[in-house]
Amino acid sequence: MSRLIINKIILILSTIAALIGITFLLWILATLTIKGYYSINWHIFTADLVNNGLRNVIIGQFILAGMATAIGVPLGMLAGIYLREYGANSKFAMIIRNFSDVMMSAPSIVIGIFVYGIFVVPFGGFNGWAGSIALSIMMIPIVVSTTDSMLSLVPQELREAGIALGASKAQVILSIVLSAAKIGLITGGLLAFARVIGETAPLLFTSANNNFLSLSLNGQYPSLTVSIYQLATFPSQTSQNLAWAGSVILTLLVLFINLTTRFIFKPRKQ
Amino acid sequence: MLFNRFFKSLSYTSAWLVLGILVAIFIVLYHYSAGAIRHFGFFHFITNQKWIVGEDGDGGNFGGLIPILGTIYSTLIAMFFAVPIAMGIAIFLTEIAPEFLKKPVGMAIELLAAIPSIIYGMWGLFYFGPLLQSWFGGQSNSLLTAGIVLGIMVIPFMAALSRDAMKTTPSVLTESAYSMGATRFEVIKDVIFPYAKRGIIGSIILSLGRALGETMAVAFLIGGVFRFPDSLTSATISIPVLIANNFGEAGNLQLSSMFYMALILFIISFFTITLAKFYFLRRD
Repeated sequence: MSRLIINKIILILSTIAALIGITFLLWILATLTIKGYYSINWHIFTADLVNNGLRNVIIGQFILAGMATAIGVPLGMLAGIYLREYGANSKFAMIIRNFSDVMMSAPSIVIGIFVYGIFVVPFGGFNGWAGSIALSIMMIPIVVSTTDSMLSLVPQELREAGIALGASKAQVILSIVLSAAKIGLITGGLLAFARVIGETAPLLFTSANNNFLSLSLNGQYPSLTVSIYQLATFPSQTSQNLAWAGSVILTLLVLFINLTTRFIFKPRKQ
Repeated sequence: MLFNRFFKSLSYTSAWLVLGILVAIFIVLYHYSAGAIRHFGFFHFITNQKWIVGEDGDGGNFGGLIPILGTIYSTLIAMFFAVPIAMGIAIFLTEIAPEFLKKPVGMAIELLAAIPSIIYGMWGLFYFGPLLQSWFGGQSNSLLTAGIVLGIMVIPFMAALSRDAMKTTPSVLTESAYSMGATRFEVIKDVIFPYAKRGIIGSIILSLGRALGETMAVAFLIGGVFRFPDSLTSATISIPVLIANNFGEAGNLQLSSMFYMALILFIISFFTITLAKFYFLRRD
């Protein structure tokens, strides 16, 4: 009977492991709900950081991540298109694929100080462009990998039909393959956006932070995540409440994007 | 036709860009750390446990031993905590959970992975750290707090990758084992684990690589003091936290030393991740 007992024990243990995982998720969400209830009010959305509000930093975070998307998504998609449509299983494409995956796990602080070295030092100070570029570097490998796998789901017959009609390879890719993979590509882009909008480390020494609303990326740029970091470690109840409010807003945003992309844009399974 | 060639070379250039960025990171980090490398050498730097800023704010005596140990220790604690739980979750999701539970539990784990690291930091700083302190004594921001929260952060990533690896086991194999009268545990131990071994080890090493470079959660929780990590519940510092905390006001030599630290971190994590990717999780 002992093997049946061992079996039971292991099954119970792994169920407990799953429960532990869910417990942490619920614990964190419960903490955020309670803190959000006490710390979020209308003032936060109308005042800037200088007046104990978060308006400017929320807008700033969106602009930084939006600009990163504008830089990172086209570049990542082009690279992904090369890998799937031109490179396919060539040695070069395989190497790029693997190194892109390696870059996906590179420490974000390293990317931050790399961008500090090439976009902050030469230009004489922190600036919003550097922040966006740091985020876009985090984004590129994610977009490369989703583009690559989404395009691989497009049936080969569609490409052949396009070629048979006399379309050039570029026309086939741009007007047939991309539109067939549209939903998957949008999902990938949104998830990459959700991933970088919560990043802090790449922004610390690139765009830093700003107490005021700023629309010019040439100077220090307001950031929600950097503000949370600075406010949380400041020994005052007002700052800590503001940090919690920021955390709740950030988490809701990220979870909202993740859930909507899951439910609304379900990629078609081949 | 011209556009056709233009588009091809444009996408070809973008593919090279991925590799280009990776190489550029090495070059830039090396360029800025050259001063510290020349000044301190390699073995002296990684065995020196001092980090003292010079009187004029410019020079000083900088060594990487404490942050390197802090990084390694916190990552090991994280792995010690994360591996059993992540494996349990992966087993639960592939072999145990009834169909109607697989999706919601899988989704909960993926959402846990989507939460930004700074949120884990906040939660650890105000809730989990003080709780651990009340159980184990010592300081609330310590190696232990940072390690466990780091572990919680990598669990979903590791569990999802291991589950994907376990899922690739052909059902012919598991079903024939069941038909021979094997228990679920025996199927997991003798069929699924051996079959998915490379993928599982790869997922563990990849998570280790991620934990090494994690900044924000650890910045909140490890204490950030230059102190030899001699007990689990005392505060110390890790490489990413050293950079995050001191980068802003650093003078020349200190700045260069921090780039040196970043270079060391990047090399360690690069080789860890490359090992996982090219040996265990090779895509071809």
